[in-house]
Amino acid sequence: MPYVSNEEAKAAIQDRAGVPSQQGRLTKILDSDMFHSFLRSKVTVVAACGTLILFLLAFLAPWVAPHNPFDLASISILDARVPPVWMEYADPRFLLGTDDQGRDLLSAIFYGMRISLIVGFCSVIAAAVLGISLGLVAGYMGGRVDAVIMRIADVQLTFPAILIALLIDGIAAGIFGSIDREVFAFYILIVSLALSFWVQYARTVRGSTMVEKNKEYVQAARVIGIPSVIIMARHILPNVMGPVMVIATINLALAIVTEATLSFLGVGMPPTQPSLGTLIAVGNDFLYSGEWWIAIFPGLALALLVLNVNLLGDWLRDALNPKLR
Amino acid sequence: MSVLDIKDLTVEFPGRKSVFVAVDDVSLSVEAGKILGVVGESGAGKSTVGNAVIGLLQEPGHIADGEIFLHGKRIDNLPYKDKRLLRGRKIGMIFQDPLTSLDPLQTVESQLVETIRTHLPFSKKEAQARAIELIDAVGIPNPEERIKQYPHQFSGGMRQRVVIALALCAEPELVIADEPTTALDVSIQAQILVLMKKLCEERNVAMLVITHDMGVIADITDHVAVMYHGELVEYGKTTQVLGAPEHPYTQSLISAVPRPDVKVERFPVVNYIEKAGTPQKQIDISTHWLGKSRDYEKVVGPLVQIRDLDMRFETRGSIFPSRRKYFDAVKKVSFDVQEGETFGLVGESGSGKSTIARLITGLYHPTGGSILFGKTELTSLTNRKDVLAMRRQMQMIFQDPYSSLNARMRVRDIIAEPIKFHKLASSNAEVRRIVDDLLDHVGLGALAGQKFPHEFSGGQRQRISIARALATRPRFLICDEPTSALDVSIQAQILNLLKDLQEELGLTMLFISHDLAVIRQMCNRIGVMRHGELCEVSDCDQLFEAPKHPYTRELLDLMPSMELLSRANLETV
Repeated sequence: MPYVSNEEAKAAIQDRAGVPSQQGRLTKILDSDMFHSFLRSKVTVVAACGTLILFLLAFLAPWVAPHNPFDLASISILDARVPPVWMEYADPRFLLGTDDQGRDLLSAIFYGMRISLIVGFCSVIAAAVLGISLGLVAGYMGGRVDAVIMRIADVQLTFPAILIALLIDGIAAGIFGSIDREVFAFYILIVSLALSFWVQYARTVRGSTMVEKNKEYVQAARVIGIPSVIIMARHILPNVMGPVMVIATINLALAIVTEATLSFLGVGMPPTQPSLGTLIAVGNDFLYSGEWWIAIFPGLALALLVLNVNLLGDWLRDALNPKLR
Repeated sequence: MSVLDIKDLTVEFPGRKSVFVAVDDVSLSVEAGKILGVVGESGAGKSTVGNAVIGLLQEPGHIADGEIFLHGKRIDNLPYKDKRLLRGRKIGMIFQDPLTSLDPLQTVESQLVETIRTHLPFSKKEAQARAIELIDAVGIPNPEERIKQYPHQFSGGMRQRVVIALALCAEPELVIADEPTTALDVSIQAQILVLMKKLCEERNVAMLVITHDMGVIADITDHVAVMYHGELVEYGKTTQVLGAPEHPYTQSLISAVPRPDVKVERFPVVNYIEKAGTPQKQIDISTHWLGKSRDYEKVVGPLVQIRDLDMRFETRGSIFPSRRKYFDAVKKVSFDVQEGETFGLVGESGSGKSTIARLITGLYHPTGGSILFGKTELTSLTNRKDVLAMRRQMQMIFQDPYSSLNARMRVRDIIAEPIKFHKLASSNAEVRRIVDDLLDHVGLGALAGQKFPHEFSGGQRQRISIARALATRPRFLICDEPTSALDVSIQAQILNLLKDLQEELGLTMLFISHDLAVIRQMCNRIGVMRHGELCEVSDCDQLFEAPKHPYTRELLDLMPSMELLSRANLETV
């Protein structure tokens, strides 16, 4: 093996010299190449801060929001459609104005963002679990199992994700009826998003698994006699998680947008538990009557959230891909 | 006057935390018609010297100090454009891998003509004539026809000849060859080396050959420079340096090269590069864990009997049996392995030796034949419990220490896995104690258990691999090219370790290698394989002294001549 990278040579020399590598976990993270590549990219640092702030605002909504938009006692229809503070006829209580039912828009956005994020996270996790398991099995087993799983994935890829989500949502609405909708909307949304996004995970994991399963550490495990399920879970899974993390981050943004689209189309979250998409849908009705802020501000919040998460995902993809470095 | 003069060259790679000095104050010179060999192990900085001369240092590496002269003209500080003109014109380059150093989408002719016309004021006709002449000169038959072909129509050795022609096409004064034969089989390596030596003398070209292989150095170089961690430790005439090495590093490097002519009991102590770890205390097999509950049945006769073993892979699948295509990796192979011996399998790449290892361990299922382990027929085992019992008795050590350990697991967990899985210990504390003991026994020390595999060098990783294989208390150990990814001095350490372990634990071994010299040092009996067939099985010494099969004779003839090395060895041992 005549060619060794300089990093390897350096590590080997340090190793031979007996340089201790005992460090705390935090110092290790702060000292890692990942963290330095993070600090070098100004855009990423800004995006990370933005994401953190938005997440905090969303998840701490009950404490940071100026009003509780779900508290019927504090809502007055008399406050409906108040413009933002810098415009005429504004009310200083409502920074970004109110919607058609007199709810404070800023608070509604915080709460809406929370629902959007929860739906996003849950659907990403569900899609990842489904996609990773199927991808692992397809890649490791090969043969017919692989063919069946991947053909299903191929067929699904011929439909746009949003169409699948609409389809599943429509079927679910037919089964549960409109009465249970308020209760089940959340779960139906997650299932429909998960079922439309699993393919990407499955394909990526299958590809990496096919590479990993031919490596000698997997063969060593087979020589020891360890059963396939344990080999997949303990040996292959941790080694294919890198690309999965990247997809998951980028998919989080995608899931939030898709959720907003579905809600906007009226098949997502109901107006009683409004997500950002629902808020935009409500505002859409008033766009032409001059009350632009009801649709624009939730729209801006959505754009900001998705942009920040996407920028983070892009950086993660580049940082984990040695070819681009 | 010398063609290339390197004076006090220092190359640095600034890193985030520290500056890595890849080449430290190296001075060399090459004369026309002579070959200078630069030899060293991985990380020695030998390739960096070549790259610095041709101006292709990888970012962020740069020449921090020193001067490089070509025919008395300084070239290291030339602007990029002038450096580009030097490359190909004055300095030719031969890379390691002939598969990737030719453009697969262009014919050999167009690549040659392009290079010739870039550097020399030739018309297309003249360039074509010259290309044919060059292809003829590097010994490719039928140059007029072959030159119209694409690289994939040439074999590996022929492709390397084309690369050499490319390097020579603008009549360079200096040719840099970076590991020119490492990617080639032994038989082709010998031919290429002869060709390089011949061309160098005929055309009066100075040649810089960078290699890790002492055999190559002994074969063709006039002068040799030995590098160690970026420093030049010894430099002089090849006969002198190899015959009477002065520096202790050169001595240990030469003594670590396995000798094909004489069998030695152990390799001399070669811990110059990497400390072999704490001295291993002798263990008493009757009381030690490794010897405990060796509840294996006694075997009368050979431990492993392989009869008419066949393995064919489907290269093209089809639902119609007649349209399927097969590749026979192993054809009717039969041999026995006696208890306590080391049986060697040797052959060139693709000869099916690794497939046999995988068939015995059950990674592949044979298409025909039988494998008898003790009294158990392995090919007909179906009961999971019986299969596991067999798996426990035979373990395997793999070739690539970088991929044979799961990078996401701590070393301790890697070694504990087989112990826990086969329930060989009663408590976690006992598992822990056994793992620490195993690590200590392979010369790593118990502290190594907390670390991850990437914190170790190749040789240390191979020790971890060995510890993992020992963890099931096997009686039969299969080593599949265990040292071919390692540097020569580390190879010597690992081979010593394997020998010691075998002696102590009474292991039976199947040792697979492409390197005849290594095989000779390790094995009692040897099988020679070619194209999936077993040509010859005989005792170690007999095979080397009086080979029966013509292919064995051919292989033995092709080994780089080690006369110089052998003499040096005799003096240092």
